[in-house]
This record gives sequence, structure tokens and C-alpha cells, in this order.
Amino acid sequence: MMNRETNGPGTSERRGAAALFSKFPLRKMIPVITLALLLSASIALSSSFLTPMNIFNLLRQNAGLAIVSMGMLMVILTGGIDLSVGSMVALGAVLVATFSTTMGLPVLLSIVLTTMLLMVLGACAAYFVSFRRMAPFVVTLAVMTVARGAAFMISQGKPINLKPTNPLIRFGKGSFLNLPQTQSQQTFFAVPYPVWAALAVFVVVMLVLRYTSFGRLIRAVGSNESAVRLSGIRVGAYKFSVYVLSAGCCALGGVISASRAAVGSAQFGEGLELDAIAAVVIGGASLTGGSGTALNTLMGVLILGLIGNIMNLMNIPSYPQQIIKGAIIILAALLQSSKRKDTL
Amino acid sequence: MGLDTYRIEMEDVVKSFGGIHALGGVTFRAKAGEIHALVGENGAGKSTLMKILSGAYQKDAGIIRIDGKEVDISTPKRGRELGIGIVYQEFELAPDITVAENIFLDKLSHSFGVVNWKELHRRAKEIIDSLGFHINPQTVTGDLPVASQQIVEIAKALAFHAKILILDEPTAVLSDNEVAKLFETLIKLKSAGVCIIYISHRMQEIFQIADTITTLRDGSVTGSMPREAAKIDDIIELMIGGRLGAMFPKRDVTLGEEVLRVENLSGPPKFSDVSFSLRRGEVLGIAGLVGSGRTEVLRAVFGGDGRQSGQVWLRGQAIHIRTPHTGVRHGIALVPENRKDQGLVIDKPISENMTMAALRKVLGALGVILFQKEDALAKDLCGRLSVKAGDVRDSVNSLSGGNQQKVVLAKWFNTECDVILLDEPTRGVDVGAKTEIYRLINEFAAEGLGVVFVSSEMPEIIGMCDRALVMAKGAVMGQLKKEDLSEANILRLAVGGGVQ
Repeated sequence: MMNRETNGPGTSERRGAAALFSKFPLRKMIPVITLALLLSASIALSSSFLTPMNIFNLLRQNAGLAIVSMGMLMVILTGGIDLSVGSMVALGAVLVATFSTTMGLPVLLSIVLTTMLLMVLGACAAYFVSFRRMAPFVVTLAVMTVARGAAFMISQGKPINLKPTNPLIRFGKGSFLNLPQTQSQQTFFAVPYPVWAALAVFVVVMLVLRYTSFGRLIRAVGSNESAVRLSGIRVGAYKFSVYVLSAGCCALGGVISASRAAVGSAQFGEGLELDAIAAVVIGGASLTGGSGTALNTLMGVLILGLIGNIMNLMNIPSYPQQIIKGAIIILAALLQSSKRKDTL
Repeated sequence: MGLDTYRIEMEDVVKSFGGIHALGGVTFRAKAGEIHALVGENGAGKSTLMKILSGAYQKDAGIIRIDGKEVDISTPKRGRELGIGIVYQEFELAPDITVAENIFLDKLSHSFGVVNWKELHRRAKEIIDSLGFHINPQTVTGDLPVASQQIVEIAKALAFHAKILILDEPTAVLSDNEVAKLFETLIKLKSAGVCIIYISHRMQEIFQIADTITTLRDGSVTGSMPREAAKIDDIIELMIGGRLGAMFPKRDVTLGEEVLRVENLSGPPKFSDVSFSLRRGEVLGIAGLVGSGRTEVLRAVFGGDGRQSGQVWLRGQAIHIRTPHTGVRHGIALVPENRKDQGLVIDKPISENMTMAALRKVLGALGVILFQKEDALAKDLCGRLSVKAGDVRDSVNSLSGGNQQKVVLAKWFNTECDVILLDEPTRGVDVGAKTEIYRLINEFAAEGLGVVFVSSEMPEIIGMCDRALVMAKGAVMGQLKKEDLSEANILRLAVGGGVQ
């Protein structure tokens, strides 16, 4: 707790003395620094790292996570948590595959229907969290198993293959400005479509969080819900909407997963919720709500992705990879928390 | 005990926080068996000095001696071992565990997980009884009224036989008869040889109980004298350095039509059958002891507590308010009791807090915040309310208590409210800021708002209100007109008697 006695008279004095430090506080810089260090290490450790193919594979693989993490960030900003995202992605993938293949609907319509259905499911979770005041952890845990179960039921336990002519496949595997078709000639101009989608979601979330009343209020709700409520703001509506938006992000993540693999499977997104939470936390957001930015979360996603990528390039087997990943998450979180003590 | 033996000697203590001098060489001495009042405005350095003494902060320079021996109080634990107990202004109790567990929290962690509960409860009861209060040590702490929690805090500080007891604004949440009880306890402790350091803004209490008074201003001691030699005006002068204005500014407002009428409002079990009416330009006080249901009545009118029975008329129309959102939409504003928990989003900028209730005014298309407009608005409010802030984008945390409270008030300046409900708006605020808050209340009234003013400080009610209700045990005991407002009359009603 800040000590009231210290900050009355001399606040402006401090601003002069430590202006430089307060402009770039170390805590806020940690994601950038970590990312820069990891990038340099990757470039140094593997010659095949800095090739268009590897970079775009890395980004393409993480596009879904990036989108889901943006939804997760908004939920976490309100002080909540969404454990259902992994299963929701699977359900999204299965739904879009069913609509566009089994039922033969147009792709765009399939995507819209998938998104709407997931948002309805998200709204159910949102209702219990914001209007029945249930713990987000419990509610989204329940939705997690419901969504996974639904995905298995709809797909009857089998992956649903997309037809080779399905435009989704071109979306998942292709890229914008990809004039030469051979992979060896791929350039850095050929940004894959899923990466564009992730970028678009990121930009929208960033702008919303930074410049709109919605962004401000969901943060404020996470900081002090009762003060916001007593200012006459419908806290419930804001809490409600973040879960719905998170579900929407999951739908998009599911579509991307299906399009990349050319298949919709109920086994997609296992453990994705943990990666998304890790990305948000590595990006310096507080799990109790109130602070965190889209840019830092994106960096969190890239940090996680880079760790995996470089270990793959170095031929580290996947089980030790998980341990190393865990250690890095702890380290990142530790750095953030040790900085918070400055305030005392 | 000789004249020159001090229990505590702090010499030339210096402390700064990131370049700000909180304490610039403070020398403070207190004897065993005395009640030593430490007074000063918020930001004067009282709490910092006491946190250094208790081990919560480390001094940058200076010497601390206890009973003549130089000591190094490196941690709060070391402080406790040296017999220093401190009760902070903000409660530090864990709300979900029992009273006894809170009192012995420290010891619980040292007994290898095996606890003799019977013994623990017995000893907790003993300590509370010795304070002259009756609280069941097995009650969950959070279920107790605030005043009882304060007693638990003190019991906790005494649990390890403290020989120095530091109390930071201990009476802020206590009603008058609870204060009287607390004072009896303090006098008992004093005669047992405990050195009590008493931080307070309430001059009356200080003159009632202190043996010695030391004043702090801007991190330095400006005076120290026995109570018999002190005059209240001198003390205030030493505290604020000649900045004392009129305590209760005069208000000259003709009352308008009725703006709010409340009939038979009940919110069991906290209050029942409350009726009153309020006119434009009127300041209606609600006096009463802590826990008499005042806060709950305000919250019910505002919509903070959901369902209740009764009828509320606003501007002559019957309204049903179930949530704060509808309350605000109808033009009712609330300044809640606890600014840190309910009034402010403390880690967010001043500007953000100021516009929270009227965000619409600074929004452009698509809900985009017009930051320049917001900053200008916030700066204007800082000027009008004399909020001393560096930058409106600084967090509210960086402000002193009085300035924080002004930010809570500022929040409602841009809303079109007709009624403003103030719950203890001057709690924990220094003398200067109090006067400014009174001025703002008058400004609200002058603009034609109806003001409801809940306060535990009777001089405030008497000085500020046109009329006052007195509540006790959830019911309105009576109504006092301006000319009948006196401490004696309020008190008589508050304890359940009639007006003479």
C-alpha cells in the first residue's frame, strides 16, 4: 500500500529526478527485452532461423494463439479468466468443418454461423459470471468440458476432412502477395493469411483497449469493481461482453486451425488455454485484473512461439521442451513481480 | 522514573522516498506512561515516522533508542520483539478468520501447526476484556462492525505485551461512546507504564487525553509541549503554519422545491421505516453512531444494495432504483464511505477517475475517448476543487488523502445530478482539505442540488447542515432543525433519548 504521508508535497520533485526511469519503467520493458534477447539468441543459434519460411511458419503456427490470447487478455483485464478457450477452438474447428463440408454451406456463412454459435456459448458463461456472480474459474471450467464434449459429439469422434477445393485451405496455407508458388523462392513479402487475420485482431483490440471507453472500463472493473459500479456504470454488461468477445476470438482461432490442417478435429486446442494465459502473463498483465496491454500480450505470444521454434530448430525433443518452457514462464513472471515492490 | 529517561528517543531521523524528503531530521521523544499525541496534516510525516519506529520502513539516517539503548529496527518482527505495537489507519486484519486467530496471527505461524484453540480463545478473550469490550473471539472478523474491528486491531497490537503502542487515527471509525471506552482503556494502559503514541486529527480528543503534544509539518517537528501549556489555536497554527481559514464557510442559499422524498424505506436487518424529504439547496445531515444504518440508507437510495421496500420520489416522481446505474441515470450521486475501496480506482489516472461517472461527455464517435478534452476537463476540475496534483494523468495513488477525496467529489461535477449523498466525506482528511470539502458542499447546495451529509463528527453536522436526522439502530430517532442542532441534542437522540 502506498504511504499517504510520502506523496503529498513532493510529487513534482520526483517527476524531475526520475523522469527518465518513470518514462521507461523496467517492468514495462521486460517483454520487449525478453523478446529481443530470444530473437538474438535464435539468430545466433541457428542459421535456418532467419529465413522467410521459418519466420512465416512460426507466425502462422502462432496466429491462432495470438487471436485467442487477445480475447483472454480482455477477460483477464476484468479480473476474470477463461479456461474454455482450448475446447472452444476445437468446437469452432469442428463446426466450421461440418458446416462447410458435411452440410456444404458456403465458407463465409459457415464462419459466421460458427462464430455466432460460439458467442452464444460464451454468452452462457458470461451470464453466470456477470449476473449470477459465479467464479469465472468454475464457470469456464464447466464450459471447457461442455465445448469439448460437443466437439466430439458433432464430429462423432473423427476428424472432418475439408474438401480439397474448400477455400479455407487456401486461406490457411496461402499468403498474401505470394506470387512465386515455390517455397524456396518465398520472400518476406508473402505474409500468410492467418498472420494477417491475427494482426487485424491485434490492431483492433489494441485500439479498443487504448482509445475507447470500453477498454478503459474493463480495465477499471479489474482494478476496482465496486468503485466503477458506484460510479453508475453497468459493470455486469462489461464483464459479460469480454467473455462473449473471447468466444468470438476462439471461433476465429478454430477456423484458422481447421484451415491450416485442412481438417476439423475435436482434439484441437488441447492446453491452449494455458498457453494463452501464459502469453498474457508473460506480457506483464496482472492476473488480478486492471493492467495489461495488447502489444505486450502479442509479445508474450511471440516469446512463447520463439521458445518452441528455436528448440525445434536445435532438435531438442518435445518433452524437455515443455520443461524449459515452464521454466521460462516462471522466470518472466518472476521478473515482473519483483519489480512491483518498488511502490513500497 | 527520572525526567530524562525516555522510553523512545528518535534523533535526527531522515527518510526520503525517491527524492522526496518525507522526514528531514526529526527528533521525537516520548516517556513511558504517557500518552503522546502526534499531530500534523496529511503528508506531514506522522505515519512515516511511526512506520520507521515499528520497523515497516527503514530510516535513511538518525538514531533510535528504546529505554536508552540504541536499537536497529530492521523489520516489523524486530519491532514487535522490542515491544512496539502499531495499529494502522487502514485495517490490517484478515477478514475471513476469527478474532482470536487475527490477534495471535503471528504466534500461529510459530507453533508448528498445532494450536491449542481453547487456550487461544481464552487468551484472546482476556485481552479484549481487559480493553473493556465484549467481542466473542470466535467470531469471523469480517462480520464485526468496523468499530469492533478497531478494538481487535488494538488487542492484536497488545497481544505480545507491547510497551509502546502506536495508534494511527484510532477513533476515525468509532462512535462517541466507543471513543470514551477506548480512552478508558488507554488510560489504564498508560498507568501500567505503556508509552502510547496517539496520531489524530481530532483536536478535542487530543486535548482530552494527551499528556504531551508534538506537532509535525512538512517532515519537521514544529513544536512539542505538555497539554496544559497548549492552546488549540496554537497547535493548529503549528500544524498548518498560518493557513487556517474559516472552518465552516457560510452558506447563503434559499431552499427550492422538494427534490427527494423517501418514505418508509426499509432494508432489513440494517434499517427500517426511514422517511425524510430534501429540498433543492438544502444540506440534510444524518447523524448517529457508527453502525446505526446511515450508510445503508444512503446506499439504498442510490441503488447500491439491490432490493428494499419503501418508496422514493425524485422531483415529484416515484422511482424504483435497483442498481447504481439507475440511480445515476435518475440524477443521484454517491460519495461512498471508503474512498479507497469504493470511491476510486486508485491505480488509475486522476483524469480517468474524474470522468468515470460522466464518460459520455468526453467520448467521440465509436466510444473513442477524446483525451485532450478529458485532460482539459480534469485540469479545470483540479483548479475548481484545488486538487494539488502534478499531472492529471498521474495515478490517484500519488495524491494525499484530502486530494483523493476531492477527486471522488469531482467525479460528480460533470453529471446532471440533483441529489448528492455524502458518506463521511471528510474521514481521514486534514484540516485544510476539510474546509475545502465544506466549501464544495456549499457549492453543490448553491447550484440547487439537494445534499445528504452523513458524518460521525458532530461539529460538522452542526456547522454544515440545515437540518439533521439522527439515527440509532436502523431507525430515525428524530429530526433536528438548524436552531436545535447541538451535540447534546444529537447525542441524546443517538443513544435513544428524546430532545429537551
